[in-house]
Amino acid sequence: MSDSVRNTMYFAGVALLIIITGFVQSWNTALFILNFGLISAIMALGVNLQWGFAGLFNVGIMGFVALGGLATVLVSMPATPGAWQAGGASVIGALVLGAATVVAAVILMTKMKASKLRSFSVFGVLVVGFFVYRGLFDPAVGLIEEIDPAATGYLGGLGLPVLLAWPAGGLLAAAVAWLIGKTALGLRSDYLAIATLGISEIIIAVMKNEDWLGRGVKNVVGLPRPAPYEVDLQSNAAFIERANGLGFDAVTASTLWVKLIYAGLFTVVLVILFVMAQRALHSPWGRMMRAIRDNEFAAEAMGKNVTARHLQIFVLGSAVCGVAGAMMTTLDGQLTPGTYQPLRFTFLIWVMVIVGGSGNNLGSVLGGFLIWWLWVMVEPMGSVLMNFVTYGMADGYWLKDHLLESVAHMRLLTMGLVLLLVLRFSPRGLIPEK
Amino acid sequence: MIDFLNAFVALSNFVLIPAISYGAQLALGALGVTLIYGILRFSNFAHGDTMAFGAMCTILVTWLFQSWGISFGPLPTALLAMPFGILATMGLVLFTDRYVYKFYREQKAKPVILVIVSLGVMFILNGLVRFIIGPNDQRFSDGERFIISVREFKALSGLKEGLAFKTTQGITIVTAVIVVIALFWFLNRTRTGKSMRAYSDNEDLALLSGINPERVVMVTWLIVAALATIAGTLYGLDKSFKPFIFLQLLLPVFAAAIVGGLGSPLGAIAGGFTIAFSEVMITYAWKKVATYVVPESWAPDTLVQLLSTDYKFAVSFVILIIVLLFRPTGLFAGKSV
Repeated sequence: MSDSVRNTMYFAGVALLIIITGFVQSWNTALFILNFGLISAIMALGVNLQWGFAGLFNVGIMGFVALGGLATVLVSMPATPGAWQAGGASVIGALVLGAATVVAAVILMTKMKASKLRSFSVFGVLVVGFFVYRGLFDPAVGLIEEIDPAATGYLGGLGLPVLLAWPAGGLLAAAVAWLIGKTALGLRSDYLAIATLGISEIIIAVMKNEDWLGRGVKNVVGLPRPAPYEVDLQSNAAFIERANGLGFDAVTASTLWVKLIYAGLFTVVLVILFVMAQRALHSPWGRMMRAIRDNEFAAEAMGKNVTARHLQIFVLGSAVCGVAGAMMTTLDGQLTPGTYQPLRFTFLIWVMVIVGGSGNNLGSVLGGFLIWWLWVMVEPMGSVLMNFVTYGMADGYWLKDHLLESVAHMRLLTMGLVLLLVLRFSPRGLIPEK
Repeated sequence: MIDFLNAFVALSNFVLIPAISYGAQLALGALGVTLIYGILRFSNFAHGDTMAFGAMCTILVTWLFQSWGISFGPLPTALLAMPFGILATMGLVLFTDRYVYKFYREQKAKPVILVIVSLGVMFILNGLVRFIIGPNDQRFSDGERFIISVREFKALSGLKEGLAFKTTQGITIVTAVIVVIALFWFLNRTRTGKSMRAYSDNEDLALLSGINPERVVMVTWLIVAALATIAGTLYGLDKSFKPFIFLQLLLPVFAAAIVGGLGSPLGAIAGGFTIAFSEVMITYAWKKVATYVVPESWAPDTLVQLLSTDYKFAVSFVILIIVLLFRPTGLFAGKSV
């Protein structure tokens, strides 16, 4: 069986799984799985760039995904009236000043000779800078958050079309990735892992607590959408007529139609990114990356700048995750920083890449769909299983209740098991690297 | 003078005591991470959830004891239950080692593969803990709540500031001291401990001198299981037990191990206290202490809090980055493989 036949069969299999879900459960669930599967596939592509191409172990994916979500708010929401006049300039000024302090400290550190004087001056710059920054920052933030805190209380965004947020999410994630990469790359792989884990937690902490930026845990709801609203469709006579002609009632048809529009948009993005990743993999640049991955020292001896290349691909991969994050927030229609969990947004993506086949773009896409399907379907399948297991037990027996209640936690168990089984028996994944 | 005493009491109450007990918990966790790193040579991401598993087993046995009416007097029943929790966790880690990690060890897989494998174990343990005990908060501490409460202290000393010393904090500190002394005695004085250190220093040389690697690995896992259970239970007693908290503890625990120097037990302890003290001191509002110490006219009108408590992750992270940039092997010169 040739590779292409096998790959086609894999994808047909996943498509079949989603279609069966449509028949057994509902088409809304099937399209939900498809949409998030598309987003997951893009995230997996990004991680595959870093891990599959270059062997970088990034466990901070959640942070970049969340940054993409933040970008959606900053780009697409309308600016809060009065917020910019109240404190916008001071906040920006304070942030610039904070950045300048760090830069000044770094410059002092590198330019001066190692001495007590250097330590004192670096320390002095940091302390003075910190207090000036807080002095400027805190009152401005207070002013912004006072503006109608129940509805806004944040700066708001630029009011641009929401589709622009997708590339913007990529840019924001890339910028942060560059900062992290500058400090953490070049350290050992374990240290990079811990550093990225830490930075993703910090990004989430910032998004939860900086209310002036994205309303924190009060969430931003009602983001603009690139698709029409279901309510509008349901009152549109032409739409109802067409829906009835196809044998759907208007409510179901409108929800399906909106999901299909999203699916179309996501597919376009996935195809573009996939083609680009594929071209990159087979270009001289991609070969160089794999050479670096397989033997850093040999590649360095051949005159390749390993640290610079690592930084490059770390930024690229994180940008892809940022795009996916922006798309996900657009689909949700709201930014809820409290829902970002590392198990769901970092480690699950890793399972996708490993199961699909690290180093192979097609494999990552397949892993994205397959693992996402499994993630959603484990719960209903688990409850069927548990009903079967507890069939013989009396109603109200504590073990029966406990088992039925615990079905929700089967997901993590299953994912861990899948990851371990694949690593053990098929470590190269479903579609191995050529 | 009284003002200084008041300031010192406030400082102890809000900074020193919490930081010491938190530091002890982190140090115990970091010791587990660092031992695994020294002997098995990978960063064990499942360690946080091993702690959760151990704490969970202890809680279940505690509930059993409580239902039987067994108690430990003024001390929490959980201390009686802890040995059983340790045994269960030992069984668990030996099981995962035998059926998961051993395969990769024999293959001489790259460390990063083992890290990914430990991610899988982390998923399973996390699921298992939630499956058995549920995702909610569990309180299981009983016995006396305070060794000395704020009111007692005020009556005793006549100071304006009160000092509360919780039983769980006292137990944490005492247990940590005992465990650390026992561990160092074991590592430095016994034959098995010495063979472990030899294996950690130089694997080939240790093998040549006839040390059985499987035995070393097994003993390491047993010690790590005990440390993880104790750390998890103490943390659960002191704060509260919630499965996902232990995933978040992973970052400060790793930071402590790396800051101290991965592979160095002494470093893990130093790292634990460094991280704990910085976290507490940077996120503490110093207003109260400052008003006692400085003249009245200088008294601050803000909270004098450097960072809000929500950013305590950022503190451990920044310390981690600083240490990595300036002393990549950590304070106590651990390994840099």
